[in-house]
Amino acid sequence: MEQQELIPHLFRTEFSKIVTVLCKLIGFEHIDIAEDIASDTFLSAFENWTYKSIPGNPTAWLYTVAKNKAKNHLARNQLFTKKISAELKATTPIAEEFEMDMSEENIKDGQLRMLFAICHPSIPQEAQIGLALRILCGFGIDEIADAFLVNKETINKRLSRAKEKLRAEKVELGYPTGKEMLNRLQTVLTTLYLLFNEGYYSESNDAVVREELCSEAMRLMGLLLHNKETDLPMVNALYALMCFHSSRFAARKDSNGEIILYDEQDESLWNEALITEGAFHINKAAQGNQLSKYHLEAGIAYWHTIKADSKEKWENILQLYNHLLQVEYSPVAALNRTYALAKARGNTIAITEAEKLQLKTNHYYFTLLGELYKEKDSAKAKKQFEQAFSLAKTKADKQVIQKKIDSL
Amino acid sequence: MEQYALIMRHEDGLKVASPEQIQVWMEQTMNWIGNIAAQNKFVSGTGLLFADAKIVKTQGNKPVVINGPFGDIKETIGGLIIVKADSFEEAVEFAKSSPVLQGEGNSVEVRRISSKDGVH
Repeated sequence: MEQQELIPHLFRTEFSKIVTVLCKLIGFEHIDIAEDIASDTFLSAFENWTYKSIPGNPTAWLYTVAKNKAKNHLARNQLFTKKISAELKATTPIAEEFEMDMSEENIKDGQLRMLFAICHPSIPQEAQIGLALRILCGFGIDEIADAFLVNKETINKRLSRAKEKLRAEKVELGYPTGKEMLNRLQTVLTTLYLLFNEGYYSESNDAVVREELCSEAMRLMGLLLHNKETDLPMVNALYALMCFHSSRFAARKDSNGEIILYDEQDESLWNEALITEGAFHINKAAQGNQLSKYHLEAGIAYWHTIKADSKEKWENILQLYNHLLQVEYSPVAALNRTYALAKARGNTIAITEAEKLQLKTNHYYFTLLGELYKEKDSAKAKKQFEQAFSLAKTKADKQVIQKKIDSL
Repeated sequence: MEQYALIMRHEDGLKVASPEQIQVWMEQTMNWIGNIAAQNKFVSGTGLLFADAKIVKTQGNKPVVINGPFGDIKETIGGLIIVKADSFEEAVEFAKSSPVLQGEGNSVEVRRISSKDGVH
């Protein structure tokens, strides 16, 4: 029994380290080989450990086996040997000299480089997220398929096409420098932001996978924060946003997995440590004069960590949304802004503005209108909620709306 | 959808407002812009500062530099925003709710921005 749990856990954490360090040695274009060697290593572990016993230091065992497998591969594959000997400028037989530096420093450096390589603008965002999950987080193909609610085949195709493209673009495992670095950092942040959102808003029923997507996004953000060149205000702002959001993880779902709306959450379940961590990073984000959309979203999330309603709270949220919408429009932001407007200036003003939003295919739009009409005109509110109900697609959303209709 | 410039004019730019008033105006303007942005109709905004403003004028065929935004008239431009609108009417509706109109005599000029189609 013990082995069965131990191996997936090790796979997660060690897969990425082995692939990354191998890639640093043999080149990013050979990432498929690195993945194969890592997978093979785990297969060996499974075969050996299950029928014998788990070695005293499983990690060291894995590294040794991975190294030997890599050596064997190099010795076997002539083309590969040539390539590597040229790169390492080795005169003695390469297989003898091959060493894998599995120090924490080398792993972190490699993972950061890998993050930049994967978040290359030549491949689509969803492929970037998929590759990050596979290579940097050690997720299996079925776990990625579960998280995205698509089949394994689709994920396999998506990932191999993306790797093909990265090879064709001759992407290397190095940091871009200067301006190129800042551009690429934007892509990296978008990818990690989406990875986090995938976990936070996912419709997947698997709560464990969802939380892991979020914590992995935060772990990868940690790589950026620990590197001097990328520990920038914008990075801190996004990390703060993630801290504030995940502080409410335990409070947002009940024991049946149903969503608990913000107003009805038990704030004693909010994670104070994460709120404090978020506050630390939002302060660091305030250095310099750059104001990214992550700053604005983190600011909004910060005000939401204060449960009590006050004029100050909703005025601040309203102004942050006003600003965010100018930087980047999204229907969600427009709706949330209207909610903040209602809280700050009253429902009548908010209804006037809500009706101009033109989001008539969005069920949240009608849910919002229902909420705004609730006190004034419950018949009208009911109509809005019913419209929302007919537009809602997921069971969870329909449940939330039905509850609102019932409580009118 | 075309773009329109809403140019806000103050009838008397020399009037001094209290900090409290300025803060109220600022909030109102931000909400006005927020209302437009929430409809995905906001393009950009440009505030024009009064401090150190200069006017360059022709006098006797030569450019002459005068301090201050106010020449012989006190009217001045406070700022401009660019919006997207389906029609001139819609752009005018946005203009009507501009907080600048709370000041008597102030105005918002609505101008369609020439598109790059070579016709306008």
